[in-house]
Amino acid sequence: MSSNAQKTGFGATIWDYITTVDHKKIAILYLISGGFFFLVGGVEAMLIRIQLMKAGNDFLSAGTYNEVLTMHGTTMIFLAAMPILFAFMNSIAPLQIGARDVAFPFLNSLGFWLFFFGGVFLNLSWFLGGAPDAGWTNYASLALASEGHGIDFYSLGLTISGFGSLIAGINFLVTIINMRAPGMTYMRMPLFTWTTFVASALILLAFPPLTVGIFFMIFDRLFGANFFDVTMGGNTIIWEHFFWIFGHPEVYILILPAFGIFSEIFAIFSRKRLFGYTALVFATILIGFYGFMVWAHHMFTTGLGPTANAVFALATMIIAVPTGIKIFNWLLTIWGGSISFTVPMIYAVAFIPSFTAGGVTGVMQAIAPLDYQLHDSYFIVAHFHYVIVGGVVLAILAGTHLYWPKMFGTMLSEKLGKWTFWFFFIGFHLTFFIQHFLGLMGMPRRVYTFGADQGWDLFNAISTVGAFFMAVGVIILLVNVVMTTIKNERVGNDPWGDGRTLEWAIPSPPPFYNFAQTPLVRGLDPYWIEKMEGNKEGMIYAEPLGDIHMPNNSFIPFVMSLGMFVASFGALYHLDGDKAWALPVLIIGLGITFGSMLVRSWKDDLGFIVTKEELIADQERIQREAQAREGGKNGGLK
Amino acid sequence: MDLNKRYTPQTWPDHPETATLEGKNKFVGFWLLLAAETVTFASLFATYLALKDKGPSGMEFTAAGLFELPLVFAMTMILLTSSLTSVYAIYHMKNHNFKAMQAWLGITVLLGLTFLGLEIYEFNHYVHLGFGFTNSAFSSAFYVLVGTHGAHVVFGLSWFIALMLRNAKRGLNMYNAPKFYLAALYWHFIDVVWVFIFTVVYLMGVIG
Ligand code: HEM
Ligand SMILES: [Cu+2]
Repeated sequence: MSSNAQKTGFGATIWDYITTVDHKKIAILYLISGGFFFLVGGVEAMLIRIQLMKAGNDFLSAGTYNEVLTMHGTTMIFLAAMPILFAFMNSIAPLQIGARDVAFPFLNSLGFWLFFFGGVFLNLSWFLGGAPDAGWTNYASLALASEGHGIDFYSLGLTISGFGSLIAGINFLVTIINMRAPGMTYMRMPLFTWTTFVASALILLAFPPLTVGIFFMIFDRLFGANFFDVTMGGNTIIWEHFFWIFGHPEVYILILPAFGIFSEIFAIFSRKRLFGYTALVFATILIGFYGFMVWAHHMFTTGLGPTANAVFALATMIIAVPTGIKIFNWLLTIWGGSISFTVPMIYAVAFIPSFTAGGVTGVMQAIAPLDYQLHDSYFIVAHFHYVIVGGVVLAILAGTHLYWPKMFGTMLSEKLGKWTFWFFFIGFHLTFFIQHFLGLMGMPRRVYTFGADQGWDLFNAISTVGAFFMAVGVIILLVNVVMTTIKNERVGNDPWGDGRTLEWAIPSPPPFYNFAQTPLVRGLDPYWIEKMEGNKEGMIYAEPLGDIHMPNNSFIPFVMSLGMFVASFGALYHLDGDKAWALPVLIIGLGITFGSMLVRSWKDDLGFIVTKEELIADQERIQREAQAREGGKNGGLK
Repeated sequence: MDLNKRYTPQTWPDHPETATLEGKNKFVGFWLLLAAETVTFASLFATYLALKDKGPSGMEFTAAGLFELPLVFAMTMILLTSSLTSVYAIYHMKNHNFKAMQAWLGITVLLGLTFLGLEIYEFNHYVHLGFGFTNSAFSSAFYVLVGTHGAHVVFGLSWFIALMLRNAKRGLNMYNAPKFYLAALYWHFIDVVWVFIFTVVYLMGVIG
C-alpha cells in the first residue's frame, strides 16, 4: 500500500486532498466547497431581503443590488446546489453499485478542480471591479450593455466550471454503465443511482449549448464578434434559446438527484421496499426526456408566436404527469410502513407538500396566456424557490444528515437536526408563500426597491422575517457539524439500522478500496435481502479475496485547472488595450493546461496493487475497531 | 496491466480497444463525449443558419457571393482520404502491426496538415477581401463554426503526433491500443462534421 502510506500532519492532509483521486475524498471536497458557496449565496440572499424589507430602503444601491441578485442566483445554482449534489453522487453512487471507484478517477479530480477554480474566479469579480449584474440568466441585451468586467467574470468562470460539470457527468455515466457489481442489473439499481444516471445524461446534453452561448458572449464582449449585436446583424434571442435549452434541463439536473435522495429515505425509514420501483424509474427517464422539449416556456413573452407557445405550453404540462406519478409512489411507500421520524425522514415528509405546491404554480405558468400576467413578477420568484428550496435544498439538508455517517463516520445530532428543520421549514414558507401574492399584486422581480404607496410593505417585511428564520436554521446546522466533529463518536456500517443498499453493508467511512471483495447482488435492495436471510456478514461475494488494482494520486488535475484559471485573467483583460501582460498570461495559462495534459498522457500511470495480505490485515484492523466500539458501548451501558 | 507482456499477432485480442476495463471505460466515455460534441456543433450550425448573410445595413457579403467550391471541394476530398488512411492504421493496429500503423498514421497526419494549410489560406483570402471576424454577425458565425472545426483538426493532429512519438519506442500494448483507436474515432467524427460544413455552409451557400 505504498502510495497510501499514512503520513500525518496538516500539510500532508492538504496535499492528500489536492492530489486525491478517491471518489469519497473528492465527495468531501465537493461538500466543503459547495457548502461554502451555499453560505456565500445565503449571505447574498439575506442582503437582498434586508434591502427589500421596507419601502424605499437604501441599504443597497440599485447597482449593488443587481450584482448581489445576480451573484446570488448564479452562486446558488452553479456553485452550491450542483456541487453539493455531486458530493452525494460521488460518495454514494459508486458504493450503491458495488464499485471500487469511478470509471475515471483522474477525471473526477479534474472535474472538481475545474468547478472550484471557476467558482473562485467568478467570485473574485467582487474584488476586481464589480460582479456581474445582468441576472443569472445574463440576457444578452443586458449583458452586452453592462460596463466593467463583471459579465466577463461570469462568462469565463462558468465556462471553466461548466467543463468540470461535463466531465463529472460523463464520469458518472460510464461508471454506472461499466462498473456495476455482478447481479446489479439496471432494474436493481437503487433510485439514487438511477437519478444520478439520468441527471448525468442531462448534463452531457445540456451543458454544450450553454458553453456555446457563453462562448458567443465572450467573443462578442472581448473579441469584437457580433452574435448578439443587432446593429451588426446579430440577434439577442439566440442567447435566450441557448440559455434555456440548457436552463430547463438544469433544473432537472438539480431535482432528479433530490428525488433520488428522497426515494432512498422513504424506503429506509418506512422499512418498506419502494412502492412502484419500475414506475419511479420510468418516470425519471421520462422527465429527463421531456426536460429538453420545454425550454421555450421561459420565453412565452418573447414573441415566438401562438403556435410555438401552444406547443411548449402543452409539452410543459405533460411533464407534470411523471412528476405526479412519483409523488404518489412516495406516498404509497410511506403508507402502511413502519415509520421512524428521523431527521432525514422529516425533511422527506415536508418535501412532499412543499414541492407539490411549486409544481402546481409551475403548471399555472405553463398556461401561456396566464404567464403573460405572471412573467417577471414575484409569483415566478415564489415558484422557483418552492421547487428549488422546497425540493433541492430540503434534499440537500436531508442528504447531509442521511449520508453524514457514511462520509465522515459520525452521526449528526438528531436533536439539533430537528431544530434546524423547524427553523428552516417555517422560514421557507414564511419567506416564499407570501411572494405569490406580492406577484399577483403586481410586484415585479429584480427591482431593488418599491414605493410606500404601492402596498407591498407588509408582505415584504414578513418575507424578510422568514429569511432570518432560515438563516438561524443554517447556523444551527453549522453548530451541529462542529459539535459532531469534536465529539467524534464513531459509528458502524449501518448507523440508521435500516439500510437497504450496498453502501450500508461496508464500514463508515469505507476503506479506500470500498469493497474487499466485490459483492454479488441478488435483487433490489441487496443488503436488505441478505439481512432478511440472516446473513451476519451482510453480503455474499462475487469473487475470492485477492489483489486489488487502485489508481495513483495525481497533482496534474489541480495544475490543469489552475492553468485555465490563469488563462482566464489573460482573456479578461486582453481587450482593455493598456495591459500588455494580458496576452502572454492567456498563452501561459493555456500552455500550463495543455502542457500538463501532455505530461499526463506521456507518462505511464498504471496505478498500484493492494495485495491480498495487505487486504486481510486491513480488514482485521477494521474488525478490531468495530469490536472496540461495541465493547465501549456495552461497557458504558453496564 | 502488465506493460512488459509481449504480444504477437496471434495472442493479440480481436478488439484490443475494449479488452481491458480501462479500455472499455475509455470507449464508452469517448462515445459520450462525441454526443456532447454533436450537440455543440448542432448549436453552432443552428446559429450559423440564423445569422447567415446577416450584417450591418449595406453589407456586401453574402454566402453566394463569397464562397467558391473548387478549393473546399479539394479540402473535402483530402479530409475524406485522411479518414480512410486512419482506417488502415487501425486495421493494422488490430493486427498488431505497429510499423504499418505508424506509417498510415503518418500519412493521415500529412493529409490533415494539408487540409489545415488550405483552410488557413482560405480564411486569409476572406480577410483580405474585408470579410474579417468582426465584420458582421454572418462573419462571426462563419468563423466560429468553421474555426471550431479547425481547432478540432489541430487537436486531432496533435493527438496523433503525440501518440506516435510517445509510443515510437514502446510499440503496441494494451495500455495504448485504446488510445490509438479513440484518436482515430475522433478523426472520423471531425470528418463527418466537415461533411456537414461542406453541405450546409458551402454547397447550400453557393446554391443560395
Ligand atoms: C439553493 C438555494 C437557492 C437557490 C438555488 C436559489 C436560486 C435563485 C435564483 C435562480 C434566483 C434568480 C436570480 C436572478 O433572477 O437573477 C433567485 C433570486 C432570489 N432569491 Fe434565491 N435561491 C436559493 C435560496 C434562497 C434563499 C434561502 C433566499 C432567502 C433567504 C432567497 C431569496 C431570493 C431573492 C430575494 C431573490 C431575488 C428575486 C428577484 O428580485 O427577482 N433565495 N434565487
Ligand atoms: Cu423551465
